Amino acid sequence: MTPLLDSHGRPRIVVTGMGVKTPAGVTVDTMWAAICAGRGTAAPIARFDASELPVRFAGEVLEYDPAEYFGPKEMRRVDRFTQLGFGAAADALADAGELGADPSRCAVIAATGVGGLETMEENESTFLARGASRVSPFFVPMMMPNAAAGMISIRFGFTGPALCISTACAAGANAIGEGVRMVRDGSAEVVVAGATEAPVTPLTVSAFARMGAMSTRNDEPERASRPFDTDRDGFVIAEGAGFCVLETMERALARGATIHGEVLGYGRNADAHHITAPVPGGAGAAACMQLALDDAGLDATAIGHVNAHGTSTPLNDATEAEAIRKVFGDAPPPVTSTKGVTGHMIAGAGAAEAIISLLSLRDGVVPPTANLEQIGDDIGLDVVGGSPRPIARNPVLSNSFGFGGHNATLILGPVDLTAG
Amino acid sequence: MERDEALSALREVAVEVLSVEPDAVVEGARFKEDLDADSLDLVELVMGLEERFDISVPEEDLENVGTVGQAVDLVMAKVAAKE
Repeated sequence: MTPLLDSHGRPRIVVTGMGVKTPAGVTVDTMWAAICAGRGTAAPIARFDASELPVRFAGEVLEYDPAEYFGPKEMRRVDRFTQLGFGAAADALADAGELGADPSRCAVIAATGVGGLETMEENESTFLARGASRVSPFFVPMMMPNAAAGMISIRFGFTGPALCISTACAAGANAIGEGVRMVRDGSAEVVVAGATEAPVTPLTVSAFARMGAMSTRNDEPERASRPFDTDRDGFVIAEGAGFCVLETMERALARGATIHGEVLGYGRNADAHHITAPVPGGAGAAACMQLALDDAGLDATAIGHVNAHGTSTPLNDATEAEAIRKVFGDAPPPVTSTKGVTGHMIAGAGAAEAIISLLSLRDGVVPPTANLEQIGDDIGLDVVGGSPRPIARNPVLSNSFGFGGHNATLILGPVDLTAG
Repeated sequence: MERDEALSALREVAVEVLSVEPDAVVEGARFKEDLDADSLDLVELVMGLEERFDISVPEEDLENVGTVGQAVDLVMAKVAAKE
């Protein structure tokens, strides 16, 4: 008989549905193939004229056709971030199959860093150029950060909690982690949890560029996102979304669902240091990883590999590496950052990376870090580059850190019907 | 302005804004029940008409507009007032 409780005596929480809309692929399978190919997917910006911007490339989800998910009228009433998020959530729910749940016991957690940036920028331009009477009546319901959560709950008729978490680049991991807690504490039976971001807009790209946070490798976009590499020069902005369906092991087995893996542990805390810079030495990140290990009831030696936040900024990667060395001591496990392939989907990143971690466990590999030519001498870790590295199916620790000092760590486990 | 002209313009704007078939936009069509237009849709529709005819329709004038015919009345009155 399968143990239904974890080592703390709590219900085990599994993932029974996965959906993504990312620059590396708009289905879980195509994304995973691109992740394993280990090549950057960033390209010159196609959705608007970026010729006057300091950074003119990004990760865009050009393959995605929102008309597959929205009628023509509805499509004009939702911002790009909701279009991406809804598509990923709908795919995850389709993948999960017949839930057989009372709608009042189904919940949504849809995280985003900002919300409807495209809507915000377009309406602001209209307002300045043509005045108040030309502002769209749909500006507020399109722009608000909770619009994706609302739309998912409306379309699927889920009347349980529908929440939006906004913790910048940590938000995707927070959404899944809080979703796990929601199932554990009984406030919902099924949670569709994930994140979405559509930040590839003129003002937003300009703003991140002004911070000096972005790679300026305009002549070689596909080589720009190079986490942990000695020549990394900033992150590559990307749009994208990832969603998971979460429920208890007991429920999933009872309804005969396909189980993609388990969320073993979740940690979250705050640096309480600086609005954008990580605390020197990575103490906050290290404490967060330890919280996740404690939640999972695991020793650090049990971790098979780390799917790092690894944004490709000089400071993040060095600080995260230091934090990983603190947690794992003399024998840190292999580390990868799949942002080399996808770019940085802001809130969407943590959710997509949780899914990537589950796929890594399914196939028994560490996916490669794209563009890793020479590991920076400030890293001091076994960073996997080149091609997928076969590895035993031991739990994956996935980090996400956000502006504001938010840290979130998930620990994903393989499909294991015997452990507990 | 002829009534036909106003209706035809309204039809074009409604097709774009409400994503409805042109044939559905007739004098007796009710915005809410027949054209699936909520109050925000109506505001956007009127924005399109304001652009089209260079008129201004205050929010309160929309309160009594329930059908396409009533919207045509409103537009014709505003255009006449302008002229």
